[in-house]
Order: sequence, then structure tokens, then C-alpha cells
Amino acid sequence: MTLVTRRSALKLGLAGGALLASAPMAMAQLRIVVEGANFQPLPIAIPDFASSDPTFGREIADIVRNNLRRSGLFLPLDPASLPVQVGDVNGTPDFNIWRTANVDALVMGSVERGGQISSSVRVWDTRQAAQVVGKSYNTDPNSARRIAHIVSDAIYEQLAGGSGYFDTRVIYVAESGPKANRTRRLAIMDQDGANMQYLTDGSSMALTPRFAPNGDLVTYMNFADGNPQVYLLQLSSGQQQRLANVGAMTFAPRFSPDGGTVAFSVEQGGATNLYAVSTGGGQPMQLTSGAAIDTGPSYSPDGSRIVFESDRGGSPQIYMMGAGGGNAQRISFGQGSYSTPVWSPKGDLIAYTRQSDGQFHIGIMAPDGSGERLLYSSFHAEGPTWAPNGRVIMFFQDPGGNDGPRLMSVDIWGRNPQTITTDTYASDPSWSGLRA
Amino acid sequence: MAIPAPMSTALRAAAMLFFVVVVAACSRSSNDAVGLTGAGNLGPGGGAPGSQQEFIVTVGDRVFFETDSSSLTSEAMATLDKQAAWLNQYQNYRILIEGHADERGTREYNIALGARRANVVVNYLVSKGVNGQRITSQSFGKERPVAICNDISCWSQNRRAVTVVQ
Repeated sequence: MTLVTRRSALKLGLAGGALLASAPMAMAQLRIVVEGANFQPLPIAIPDFASSDPTFGREIADIVRNNLRRSGLFLPLDPASLPVQVGDVNGTPDFNIWRTANVDALVMGSVERGGQISSSVRVWDTRQAAQVVGKSYNTDPNSARRIAHIVSDAIYEQLAGGSGYFDTRVIYVAESGPKANRTRRLAIMDQDGANMQYLTDGSSMALTPRFAPNGDLVTYMNFADGNPQVYLLQLSSGQQQRLANVGAMTFAPRFSPDGGTVAFSVEQGGATNLYAVSTGGGQPMQLTSGAAIDTGPSYSPDGSRIVFESDRGGSPQIYMMGAGGGNAQRISFGQGSYSTPVWSPKGDLIAYTRQSDGQFHIGIMAPDGSGERLLYSSFHAEGPTWAPNGRVIMFFQDPGGNDGPRLMSVDIWGRNPQTITTDTYASDPSWSGLRA
Repeated sequence: MAIPAPMSTALRAAAMLFFVVVVAACSRSSNDAVGLTGAGNLGPGGGAPGSQQEFIVTVGDRVFFETDSSSLTSEAMATLDKQAAWLNQYQNYRILIEGHADERGTREYNIALGARRANVVVNYLVSKGVNGQRITSQSFGKERPVAICNDISCWSQNRRAVTVVQ
């Protein structure tokens, strides 16, 4: 599959003169203030995209509407209620019609399927009578949903600030069968649940998949041959191999930000310590030592530090150390136990699982352990992973009993918890970066 | 878990059936638990001397742990003493120790905890004279529960190490 990359899509937009001209650019008047107790999502009108195939134009607009709605920051208006039903990217809207309909933000889009799929989009601030986004994109003909995600990201970035996160994928563990003997397979899907594919056949249990920054390499725990070990799996080729030959069991892998190293747990004689090894092979480097359980390592975005969990002090708690190991400092001090720390790609926060009062919680705190906030609490919830913009966390929660786990997301303000629909029970999500 | 001696035949049969169900549920996870999956393999008693059935039914193939603990309880040590005696008598078997955790922990930590529990059992059996060369161990974390429900009595059955003779 050849993809016009995101970057080249942007370049195409520029080179083709298609950074859509005309109309004065608004000076960011129309902007969502994403924080605050009185937050209200921004109403936004998105008519169906203009297309010689109106069904296709509606499909693309639906994907954009769903993305923006699921972000919790936007409130797409019912398309049937809009004064104009189909987008027009060639002209300037009649702003009075939209102001009368109480629409501040208006998205006009078009999409055509030819040798490539081409889409143009303009976002208008109707009060200012000004354009805030004007972009066009091309992708290969198999990537219709991707162009809708790229358009969604452009709208999000302009109106909500930061970077978007819709043109991303999630790798996770698809679970099926009775609880006492679940089949656990790796699966991959777009962040909105579309385009799901299985990556392993279920003949051996697969757990804790983690994306490399390049989006093509995955590391995970594979119970093949009764010998649970960390593997590297290349998505483009389907090739996989063991990460390292060290200790009795290896697990809990995670890539460094440059993708060149994997930190992971090595169990030997009941003790579990952290190691790191180059993805190219070589001798694993031991990072921690002792009889405790040290697991769940996660690198800081600059690669200089590792946050991890350890029960060296009794119960599992979160610790911080340099990426080369040594001198770990505990940073979690609340009631109960803390595990699965994951560093935000923005560097400002660490997400984790906390257990207290018979409940599981998904929480965040600063890397020095201050400012703890619990975002979601339930009978069970664990395994946070970050959207690339550092604003949304996906995790899994299991109601218990004969039921099974599901993927959920919540934003860092604790708003907008929602379930991601999957065909099977699902656990251990890992969110990719924005696709290249 | 030992079955007390003064037990009626009916109770004993019921207890056996319980074990068969339990073993059938977890035997898929071991490499080679031949002959343990069918109730039809079992005679009315505890199995022939030296058989896998005897080990499961009359010796007891598993020990249980407190929450987030890998310490052996006195009951667990009593079971392991019987296991060691049996394993030392019947030396032709290889031994797999499965370590398991309940669902009230996170996935990665429970994988490590299961390994720690399995290791404690391995070390205890070796200390009682079982040749360590015969023994392998594997953690299943919380991924292979035998009891499924939402209460404490149930979770306690899942915090276990199972000795599989093969």
C-alpha cells in the first residue's frame, strides 16, 4: 500500500496552491478553551462534503463529525438541521444564514475519488466572516478514512490547539472465549475502531503490545511454546523475533522515544528486574537489581529517564530513575498501590493505574509526583496509553465475573469517558503516534 | 488442598468431580497434561498408586496464597510436603509449577507475582528433596483463572500455584 504521507500531503496542499486562498484569515478568534470547570464543547456545523458521489461525501463528513464529537471538545450539529446541506469549498458562505442559525464554526468540505482521493476543507468563523482553516489533501485510493482523519486533525489543531490525534491507530489484545481459557490475539485498528485486523492467530497468548514511534514495529509478550518472552513484530513484513535471550521470562516491554531501545522486565528465580536492549540486538543492559518486582518501564519523551513500578517498599509504587538505571526515587505516595506508569508524549504528565478502596483508578500526576488527579474509577480499570497530543488516555476496564474487558478513553480533565467499540473483548491498548 | 479422611463416598466423588472440572479448566494452559481432561479416566477412588489422578485427588495439586503474597501458609506447606513425598516416590514424572494471580492486580505485576509464587513452590519442593532438574515453572499472571465471580472467596481460589505432573 503506497501512501502519500501526511507530510507530503501537506506539501501537496502547499505546492498545488491549494492552501486554499481567498478570504482573510481570522486571528484565532474562534478557539476552544479546553480547560476549566465550565467547559462547553464548541458547536460546529459540518454539512456533507461536496462530491460527485454524494454518498461518499456524506461518509467522509460522518467520520469527521464522529471524530470531533468523540473528542468531547466539539458538538457537531445535526446535519439535517443545517441551513445548507452540502459543503461548498469554492465560494464564501453566506454568513448571515449561519449566524441566524447560531453557528459560529462552519466546516465546508469536498472530496473526490480519482487516481487518488482528494479532499479540500475550509473552516469559517461566521462571526468574524473569516476563514480559519483552508487546506487540501491527497491520499491513495485505499485511504478514504485516513483523509477524513487528516481533515479532522486540521480542524482540531486550529480550533482546539495542540496537535490532533485522529490519524492514528491502536494496537490491542482482542480477547474471546470463556474467561478461564481466553484466547488473546494482537489486533490493530484505527483510533475510532475502524479497519480492525488481527496480527496474531491466537495459537499462543499475546499480551501488552506497544508501538514503536515509527508505527511499524511492535513489541509484545508472547507465550509461544510455553516460554513467555518479549517479541518484536514488524507490521509491514509480518516478521517477528525474540527481543533478547536473558533470564527465565521477559515481559512488560516499551520502546524508547527514538525507537532504538526497548526497556523490559526480566524474571529470574522469582525476582523481576529491568533491562534495556537495542532493537538491533546486542547485550541487554541491567537497569535495576534486587529481589523485588520492578516492571512497567516507560521512558520520558527526551529518553533521559525511566518511570516504572516496583514493590521494593512493600506494595507496588511508582519510581523514577535515569535511563541508565540506578538511584531510583519513589514518586507515588497516595493511599493504596500504583502501577503501569506511562509518560505522556508531551512530558508533562504520567498516567498510571492506582488501586485503593477496593477500586481501580486511572490517574495522572506530574513527573515529580505532584498534582495527582484521578480521571476514572471503577471495579477494574488499568493500562493507560496516551494519544500523541497528550490530552486523551485510552485504557481497559473489566466489569468482572464472566464479562470481559473493553477499551475506554477519557481526557486529562477527567471529562468525556467513553467506550471504544470493538468486535471482541479488548485490553492492553497502545496508541500510535500520528501516522507518517 | 487436602481432602479430610472421614469423608463419605458421595462427598469424595463430588470433591473429585470438582477437581476434575478445575483441572480441565487449567490443563489447556500446561504443555502436556495428558489424561487429566476427561472425567471418564477416573476410577471411583483416588486413582491408581503413582498415577497423575492420585496426585491430583489424594495428594492435592495446588496451594493458595494470601492477597499480593507469595508466602507459603502452613496449609500450603502441608500440601507441598505431601507433594514432595509423592514426587520423590514416583521419580519418572517431570513437573511443571504454574504460578497464578487473582484479577485484583494489574497485568504486568501479576505476571511477575505468578512467577514469584511458582518460584517459592519450586524452592520448597527442592528443599524437600525433589530434584530441581525435573522441575520447570511458568507464570500465567491473572490470565487463567479457575474460579470466576466477583467476590473474595472466589479470588482466593485463583491465587494459586499448581503442580502439574507430566
